[in-house]
Amino acid sequence: MLQSFCDWLSNTSLSLTIQTVMWIIPAVQTVHILCVAVVMSSMAMLDLRLVGMAGKRRSVSQMVSRLVPWVWGALPVLLTTGVILIVGEPSRELLNPYFRAKMAMLATVIVITLVVERKNAKDPDYWESRGPAAALTGLASLLLWVGIITAGRWIAYY
Amino acid sequence: MTVIPEFCAWLENTSVATTIRQSTWLFPAIETLHVLATVLVVGSVTMLDLRLLNVAWRDRTIREIHEEVLPWTWSSFVVAAMAGSMLFSSSATKYYHNFPFRMKMVLLLMIGINAAFFEARTYQRVENAERRGQIPVAAQVAGAIGIVLWIAVVACGRWIGFTK
Repeated sequence: MLQSFCDWLSNTSLSLTIQTVMWIIPAVQTVHILCVAVVMSSMAMLDLRLVGMAGKRRSVSQMVSRLVPWVWGALPVLLTTGVILIVGEPSRELLNPYFRAKMAMLATVIVITLVVERKNAKDPDYWESRGPAAALTGLASLLLWVGIITAGRWIAYY
Repeated sequence: MTVIPEFCAWLENTSVATTIRQSTWLFPAIETLHVLATVLVVGSVTMLDLRLLNVAWRDRTIREIHEEVLPWTWSSFVVAAMAGSMLFSSSATKYYHNFPFRMKMVLLLMIGINAAFFEARTYQRVENAERRGQIPVAAQVAGAIGIVLWIAVVACGRWIGFTK
């Protein structure tokens, strides 16, 4: 069923345009990577702070309020550019195990980030007072983001 | 000038280059490392550039942001450059003749000049100006140039993969 959906999608005029206008895919990928840069830098700094390896002069709370809004700002752009890439090459993405792994990791890390933000909003000292749990959360988030970028790149090699 | 083509021919016959070229997984693995390091370079330095343009984190001084993000930028840049050199070595001659690749190298050189000028000349004026609630125009220009050049570098990097 997914295969026939991909076949249908790749024959729509929108998809055919993306396929034939040579600059669209690299241009959209460029925007996608620039947004990944915003998200990854923000999250790496926050995650390493949670782990206790970086930025100790700042409280976790300060870093959450300074960095996480950039993630929520970049995510819609990432989803939009990602959808354009899917429309352009539906079976390359939707039938690709790396793409599916990427989406699963993305969903997981979004939930983790929401939890980090919510707990921090209720109690700004929440993460400061939970050393091991904070470290584990930061490590999980960091590994998931590294995994998302890795899977993203490997989509091209499946 | 045959020095560079000869160097490229020698480089792609080294054992490192040959190993990367003949492996099915080494190139994508090194490329992944290159992308990971690159997004950290671009993301971190853009935080400083946006601060110089007075767009982000106005509650903190430029010096604070400078001290906080540049170690990230530099350490990531070393990784990106090393991984990039390995990718280049695998098909050195091909990349040397590739237009987006050449553009990318020129843009990186321009980024280096922009950053060196900022560090050598502009940065020392920033602190005094900030006390008066200002950001030197030269610092704002450096930030704007930095953002534009990094966007162009990422675009060229992506375009390399779409050209022969």
